[in-house]
Amino acid sequence: MDYTLLFLQVLNGVQLGLLLFLVASGLTLVFGILDFVNLAHGSLYMIGAFVCASLTFLFGNFLLAVLVALPITGVVGFVIERVVARNLYDKDHLDHVLATFGLILVIDTLTQIIWGVEGIAVPLPAWLDGQVQLFEGAVIPSFRLLIIGSGLSVAAGLFWLVNYTRLGMLIRAGASNRTMVSALGIDIQTLFALVFALGAMLAGLAGMLISPITEASIGMGNQIIITTFVVIIVGGIGSMKGAFIAAIIIGLIDTLGRSFLADIFGLVMSADAASTAAPAVSGMMIFILMAVVLALKPQGLFPPKVR
Amino acid sequence: MKKIVTAALAATMLTSIAQAAEVKIGFVTTLTTGGAVIGNDQKKAVDLAIKQMGGKMGDLDVNLIYGDDGFKPETGKQATDKLLKQDNVDFVAGYIWSNVLLASRKSVLDAGKFLISANAGPGPVAGKLCNENFFSTSWQNDQTPQAMGEVLNQKGVKSIYIIAPNYAAGKGMVAGVKSTFKGEVLGTDMTKWPTQLDFSAELAKAKASGAEGLFIFYPGKAGGAFMKQYQQAGLKDSLPLYTVFSVDALSLPKFQAAGFTDVLGSQFTQFWDPTLDNPQNNKFVADFRAAYGSYPSFYAAQAYDSMFLIKSAVEAVNGDLTDMDGMRAAMKSASFPSVRGEFTYGNNNMPIQNFYLREVVADADGNWTTKIVQTVFEAHQDSYAKDCPLK
Repeated sequence: MDYTLLFLQVLNGVQLGLLLFLVASGLTLVFGILDFVNLAHGSLYMIGAFVCASLTFLFGNFLLAVLVALPITGVVGFVIERVVARNLYDKDHLDHVLATFGLILVIDTLTQIIWGVEGIAVPLPAWLDGQVQLFEGAVIPSFRLLIIGSGLSVAAGLFWLVNYTRLGMLIRAGASNRTMVSALGIDIQTLFALVFALGAMLAGLAGMLISPITEASIGMGNQIIITTFVVIIVGGIGSMKGAFIAAIIIGLIDTLGRSFLADIFGLVMSADAASTAAPAVSGMMIFILMAVVLALKPQGLFPPKVR
Repeated sequence: MKKIVTAALAATMLTSIAQAAEVKIGFVTTLTTGGAVIGNDQKKAVDLAIKQMGGKMGDLDVNLIYGDDGFKPETGKQATDKLLKQDNVDFVAGYIWSNVLLASRKSVLDAGKFLISANAGPGPVAGKLCNENFFSTSWQNDQTPQAMGEVLNQKGVKSIYIIAPNYAAGKGMVAGVKSTFKGEVLGTDMTKWPTQLDFSAELAKAKASGAEGLFIFYPGKAGGAFMKQYQQAGLKDSLPLYTVFSVDALSLPKFQAAGFTDVLGSQFTQFWDPTLDNPQNNKFVADFRAAYGSYPSFYAAQAYDSMFLIKSAVEAVNGDLTDMDGMRAAMKSASFPSVRGEFTYGNNNMPIQNFYLREVVADADGNWTTKIVQTVFEAHQDSYAKDCPLK
């Protein structure tokens, strides 16, 4: 067993997991607290990536572009809440799904009209474009470390926000009993709009961080949103802690499956069959996990206490 | 009232008779999703070809109908069926993706129409499933990586690691390079297609394998994503990259805008290059650049050729579209002007053609494009032709 390779793959898995967490945290907030199924959450991820890509070329600086693109994505989320989501809160989930699926198509087409179908490759500053040697033989692109670092700090910030601030208290209270909160004089509408905008910013941040690795492209959100739903279902809908742990687990399963499954299969079948079967099975593994969790704990691994 | 209806019906019927003096061509490509980058380039080339023909093939007006495969085999088949049943086209051309072509080919051939692939060339279509009404203006999938395998031998590379997507074409590419490369293949990773765009795990494995070279096949936006991650991983010196169909005229302007200078000097094999010197190619590249301001991709070149192949068939039978044998013989002769220069068709109707080694360079104006370094194969025939019962 090559432990250096294993270590690197674990880091890669954690990095993927943290990106998933950024998207999932917003989705789980909106789903768990507003009780709103937002399929178009992935579109916010895409919008973040495209806005950030354009700003990178405008400013010539990726980090500055991220800082400016974050509030812009938040405003987009705020507007979507006002225009689309707010009218749907008292409808049932199927209506949410239909409306937000329509929203995906609208946003994808708008993106195609504004930015074209080509997608945008995002350049990184030189100090982020290199590699870092952690120890002998373990070299990792510096940008991937930045993703891990920012993912962890955002996670820490969110825990603090939800558990130890007045806003977080209101969010939890609003989720628990929204009539009571508004009777106490809290503007629940604005509160929900803020939560939605926060979710949009988190998803947008994930899009911004992935765009220098892949690129900003149409439909990128639709690919991640499926995995993200798996994350929040496994973690327990509405639970920030669940989203975090499930995202890391799923990131690790996906990455380690891709890296080592073919070798493991190779022990019991021909190399050709193993290299064909492994990617198919590793693609299924997260869904198998979801099925197992649903069978054993239908509420997810960490269901929130107040529901 | 009844009279009006009758008159309207008669008028409709008359129009449809008047419309009979046209050749209907369906072109199935990817016009939505990220794959639309390629589809749009093909569409540009097809539109340019029809414009250059003055909208006519012989005496017939060209009626071109596009179908969108949405990057999915099932959608591509639906688009194909719609072209055949609703539009009743005479030719179906296009098909970027091997899996889409494999899903759609039967519909076209069962309907007794001509099927012309302007890109995809999976092994079965060239071998056991070959058909007299199927023609290609591209190549068989394995050929281009076979040429790359030969280049690796010539460069003295002893061992390689392979990363490719897990679908029909990806498997063909891997089989192709393995069939000619004489060194050792230290590992092969087949990734989920088309959703996987993060290759960190695979790159880490490739590096750990200690191979002397890395061979990849990632068409479209996945190619761009791979090139960037390869650069970010800093593998240029320790693990040189050899690609097929992963760097093209669609990704180069993006790389240039983002300053990915590592791409300059990278080499890959192909049947065509914008600098190939023949009258048809010079005209194509010049007109394409004048019309759209960018270099055409090889996808565009193949789509452009497909229209001239169809034109040669229609003209050979003087517009009698019922003369399938006449049109087939005309296409089989490969007498149309091709952007690749002169070539012939094999028994399986796949081109027997040259393959070149291309290198990414900046042109006189500083735009990133490619030039030909050497000819790798001359008049190369695919290895599936022997499985094809056609003569």
